[in-house]
Amino acid sequence: MDLSVSIGSLTLPNPLIAASGCFGYGVEYSDIVDLASLGGVAVKGLFLAEREGHAPPRIVETPAGMLNAIGLQGIGVHRFVREKLPELRERGAIVFVNICGTTIDEYCEISRILSDHEGVAAIELNISCPNIKQGGITFGCSLTGTHDVVSAVRKATRLPVIPKLTPNVTDVASFARAAEDAGADAISLVNTFLAMAIDVDTRRPKLTNIVGGLSGPAIRPIAVRMVYECRQAVGLPIIGMGGIASAEDVLEFMIAGATAVQIGTANFVDPFLWRKLIQGLHDYLARHGISRLADLTGSIDTTRKETAWISS
Amino acid sequence: MAQVYTSRMPVDVDAAVISNTRLSDDYSVIALAAPELAALAAPGQFVMVKPSRGADPLLRRPFSIFQILREGARPTGITLLNKRVGAGTTRLYETAPGARVACLGPLGRPFEPADPPAEAWMVAGGVGLAPFATLAEAVLAAGGTPRLFYGARRASELYYVDLFERMGADVVLATEDGSRGQKGYVTGPLDAALRSTPSTTIVHLYVCGPTPMMHAVAQLAAAYGTACDVSLEQVMGCGLGGCYSCVVLARDERGAPHFVRSCIDGPVFEASRIVWDALAH
Repeated sequence: MDLSVSIGSLTLPNPLIAASGCFGYGVEYSDIVDLASLGGVAVKGLFLAEREGHAPPRIVETPAGMLNAIGLQGIGVHRFVREKLPELRERGAIVFVNICGTTIDEYCEISRILSDHEGVAAIELNISCPNIKQGGITFGCSLTGTHDVVSAVRKATRLPVIPKLTPNVTDVASFARAAEDAGADAISLVNTFLAMAIDVDTRRPKLTNIVGGLSGPAIRPIAVRMVYECRQAVGLPIIGMGGIASAEDVLEFMIAGATAVQIGTANFVDPFLWRKLIQGLHDYLARHGISRLADLTGSIDTTRKETAWISS
Repeated sequence: MAQVYTSRMPVDVDAAVISNTRLSDDYSVIALAAPELAALAAPGQFVMVKPSRGADPLLRRPFSIFQILREGARPTGITLLNKRVGAGTTRLYETAPGARVACLGPLGRPFEPADPPAEAWMVAGGVGLAPFATLAEAVLAAGGTPRLFYGARRASELYYVDLFERMGADVVLATEDGSRGQKGYVTGPLDAALRSTPSTTIVHLYVCGPTPMMHAVAQLAAAYGTACDVSLEQVMGCGLGGCYSCVVLARDERGAPHFVRSCIDGPVFEASRIVWDALAH
């Protein structure tokens, strides 16, 4: 049985990618997960320079999910290529480098630096982090901003360019179209939903940043719907994510239209889940007599048998 | 940057609850059958525990490994000292023998036991007692005599004093209401002991407890020029360095403060590195 999937020129051994911000720089997990066995590793978002991020508390648990406001703490692209990329290469990881900028020039400069290094498979453009004031989501919430940053990075690098879309917009499919028009090789969605939680005894927000991004199983049905909408709108490969925790969840996103998926919050709960997911995908293919997992992408059947007793 | 300690191969075990002994309305001690984990554990390390399957609660919670259980010399399990504060710890407080809890570990940078003749003085407040049973064992194994300064609000909240006394530790107690040991904070008897210790005696302090108490001990350590390690408990998402949730502000070797992950850079830190005013009290 064949679990491999293709995203443009990239072939992944399976559709399971570790989501950015949920897997450190990948090397933190290299002793407990065979990084080469994953479809890919999306490393923590990188700016040009180092960043300290927000003061804690940075996370709070919510029903079937969590809020985070890390604030993109990071080592910057220069330290990344020097300190982390060599080990990722040595481990055989397929590396998706998530990048952020406060200006289009910053996105382009990071992309050029990454293009000069072996071992980077693709660039994921973070235009969707809800937790920073400058850059990122300010591009991702504007159609022209999305178009401009994607087309500029497209010209700055030979690497596949994958904008990561925010769900915090009215019509995510229009952003998928803007990304496609600007020359993106694929899109990934969804980033987290802007949310908040308050301690009623102190009346203080539970996060220092006041607001944060909601992830986990709580958001999964919304994310599935958004992947489905984007599938209708664009022909680009879609990397789907949002609360995936089981092989069934992976399949749901793929059937809705995703070519590959990312797994974030569930990796916190169970860092050993990868091999269970791969086994679950094999079991599904065997049960349904399907030889290629990739054939499931967008295979949703929306024909409906009429039920006479429901009428409007 | 500080060297990053990672336990090379933590294990995730579906551990059976052997017993759950309630110490009070808030505290309990949970014994888990987890031989692989017990065999790997070093003093001061922690485990990430998920008290129930499914999404409620979703995330694991960090716990210091309290005791290593053994049959003869063979490690068979661990115990956790649990204080009921939220949904996850309430679930654990109510868990029954035979139930299973997912337990990932051991994790984090351990305590390094002082080599005799250097003396290991452990300073614990409340549930901060948890990492010290394993440290006391290691100090005893190295030929030293651990000293435990242990404070709580009242006598009924001083747990497992006899455990440390039976091990051969020298135990000094303090309670805020004076119902057992010295009245007041545990820093009182600690200060007196440091003051009366000859300068030829090398003391290494190990501290775990409420933040104000750890800060106060760190200040004493600085005043007396005593080595001091603290074990910081922070809200954690993953325990493995993946999420950057559990950061504390700590100085690097040039004195510049940075957010560092308490799960893999800690939970044990040199007290002098910590920017105490930035820690939640």
